[in-house]
Amino acid sequence: MVNLRINNRELAVAEGSTILEAARTNNIKIPTLCHYPDLGIQSDCRICVVEIEGQKGLATSCSTIVRDGMVVKTNSPRVLNARKTITELILANHDANCTACPKNLSCELQSLANKLGIDENRFQSVLTLSPLDEGNPALIRNPNRCIKCGRCVDVCKNIQGVGVLELMGRSHHLKIVPAFDHCLSDLFCTYCGQCAAVCPVGAITEKDDTDIVWRALNHHDKHVIVQVAPAIRVSLAEEANMNPGTVCTGKIVTALKLLGFDQVFDTDFTADLTIIEEGNELIHRLTSGGVLPMMTSCCPGWINFAEQHYPEILPHISSCKSPQQMFGALAKTYYAEKMGLEPANVFVVSIMPCTAKKYEAGRKEMRANEDLPDVDVVLTTRELGKMLRQMGIDFANLAETPFDDPFGITTGAAAIFGASGGVMEAALRTVYEVVNGEPLTNLDFTDVRGLDGVKETVVKLAEKPYRFAVANNLKNARLMAEAVKAGTSPYAFIEVMCCPGGCIGGGGQPYGTITKTRLDRIKATYQVDAAMPIRKSHENPAIAKLYQEYLDRPLGEQSHNLLHTHYHARRGKPNN
Amino acid sequence: MSLESILSKFTKAETNLLEILLQYQETKTDHAITEAEVGQIAAYLGVTETKVASVISFYTLLSMKPKGRYVIQVCKNIPCFVNEQTAITRTLEKILGIHAGETTANNLFTLEYTSCLGCCDNAPAMRIDGKIYANLTPDKVKAIISEYRGRSS
Ligand code: SF4
Ligand code: SF4
Ligand code: FES
Repeated sequence: MVNLRINNRELAVAEGSTILEAARTNNIKIPTLCHYPDLGIQSDCRICVVEIEGQKGLATSCSTIVRDGMVVKTNSPRVLNARKTITELILANHDANCTACPKNLSCELQSLANKLGIDENRFQSVLTLSPLDEGNPALIRNPNRCIKCGRCVDVCKNIQGVGVLELMGRSHHLKIVPAFDHCLSDLFCTYCGQCAAVCPVGAITEKDDTDIVWRALNHHDKHVIVQVAPAIRVSLAEEANMNPGTVCTGKIVTALKLLGFDQVFDTDFTADLTIIEEGNELIHRLTSGGVLPMMTSCCPGWINFAEQHYPEILPHISSCKSPQQMFGALAKTYYAEKMGLEPANVFVVSIMPCTAKKYEAGRKEMRANEDLPDVDVVLTTRELGKMLRQMGIDFANLAETPFDDPFGITTGAAAIFGASGGVMEAALRTVYEVVNGEPLTNLDFTDVRGLDGVKETVVKLAEKPYRFAVANNLKNARLMAEAVKAGTSPYAFIEVMCCPGGCIGGGGQPYGTITKTRLDRIKATYQVDAAMPIRKSHENPAIAKLYQEYLDRPLGEQSHNLLHTHYHARRGKPNN
Repeated sequence: MSLESILSKFTKAETNLLEILLQYQETKTDHAITEAEVGQIAAYLGVTETKVASVISFYTLLSMKPKGRYVIQVCKNIPCFVNEQTAITRTLEKILGIHAGETTANNLFTLEYTSCLGCCDNAPAMRIDGKIYANLTPDKVKAIISEYRGRSS
């Protein structure tokens, strides 16, 4: 332990702590801006400065390690004055048109300025406007709002292992941009949106598609339906200031009906369908000498990554479309036929935890009817939160409504798709029972749950043990991909989710997602699973009915046409 | 020397990046590294081109913006400043017809500022393609430039 004094309080804190950590564990507040709990130390904004006795200059508390006998002042007039000046300087180079910013009221710079009591800036603006980077379907980068904190660089490079964004130039010429000042779409961005999730200001945000949805909802000829991804039910509540990990499935349905959607469906339904198709694909590959290991295909960020960085391993990736796209394909064929609607008049909206899904929905391969996207618009959790606020919906006090038929009956296996390891667990529940012809005694594959980067389990299929693995985030996906490429991967099947923690930690989830939030959402996810009357995809009666009525059999011709796809080696620009 | 032959002198370690960039830029008459070359270097070292571009952008010595055949760097630090560096810069700007940071239309000269060249005792000073010229006067500058002009014709 190290003994030090902060603001006249004697404290004992763990060795190696920073002053900031020491202060926070003792409930002493020091404002920060570039600091983000799960990321490395940036130490570039200087907002967290404190005074240390015997030291001439102010020190950044986020990067200064405590020493025995240290005497620290976090709120001296000198400190407060410095913080104020720094904030004013940042604002003088920032497009602070707050009401025209998507981060209005959730912006960390705005709330900092407010806390420091800045109502007037002593410095004149030196901002010269640069063009926006908006040439892709998922994200908008607005350099005029960037405060150069470096969080996005850190998450992209060190958490995701992608490295699209970097610091370019130095001193007051410093910019945070992709190489050559190009657009995200010209480089190898995966649209995972983790950069947008950690940006303290509105400099990287998802493309806001709420207006298109409002227009569709007000268009009388359109039959507007919506699907809700598994991870939304454990996160949307946060948009209404409820605790992370609050399960709000029934309220979401009610809210979406209030917004005016004609039918509200559950992506969990097509998650079950994915398990049937993907499970059968795995069994087929295992028994017919197919390409192994097989890798999952539900995550569009991962697909973007593989197509651009590992074209050699594309044959390993399951040909199954993601649940979002299976839903879209069925909505504009099976459902339209069943309801006697023109596919062109069915407007499909998805609520996803994900920014890459916006890109996925636009892919040319995702069209059951030529020239008609299967999914028309993808909204992130945050965008749905915005629509609820626009309509003045009191989300916390809504009644619960069940999902509509025919895509409403789902299982626990589908519910866990939202957490890293969930797709693997759901697949194992089905593959085990189908191959071995006996019921599982324990449905919980706890080895593949949680936030570890790589998780593993061994399962016997037809007497033979097989190894299964889960890669949690793109950095770990790269490890898996390298081994697969080298032919040294020991696994039969690998799940890859590009966002840390899986979709519950997706780039479109409510702001402020940190490890604790992820754990809360994961816990809620498995609670949803445990409470479901059916917990295995192959026991979903609605899926059986769908095969009977329409698809015939897993991996059959109709499935092949509607539920499977293929991937392309490419660089930069999306192929749509 | 081609980029390939320079790369082949180095192991594929990220720590070699700066040396590769310096050696290769040295061979280029426009003193600049192109996007394609950045890509090639990145692929060789197994790093992202973003990383390579970032390193280039950090060092004033390295550039991705093509420059003239001769790069004129005028020291702008205090000792040169108090010894009439501005008159030197004005003369250069006048005879070259460009401002600092620009390149002449015939791609012969680029004019830029630099930090201390270590010639404070002989200020004002400038450097052209690595060669130092000190104790400058406007007349000396005119003579030096016409000498360079003569070289290339
Ligand atoms: S979306 Fe993902 S891959 Fe693209 S820049 Fe952001 S963090 Fe990097
Ligand atoms: S884009 Fe956002 S996260 Fe990235 S450096 Fe700028 S302010 Fe920070
Ligand atoms: S929070 Fe410490 S320097 Fe930014």
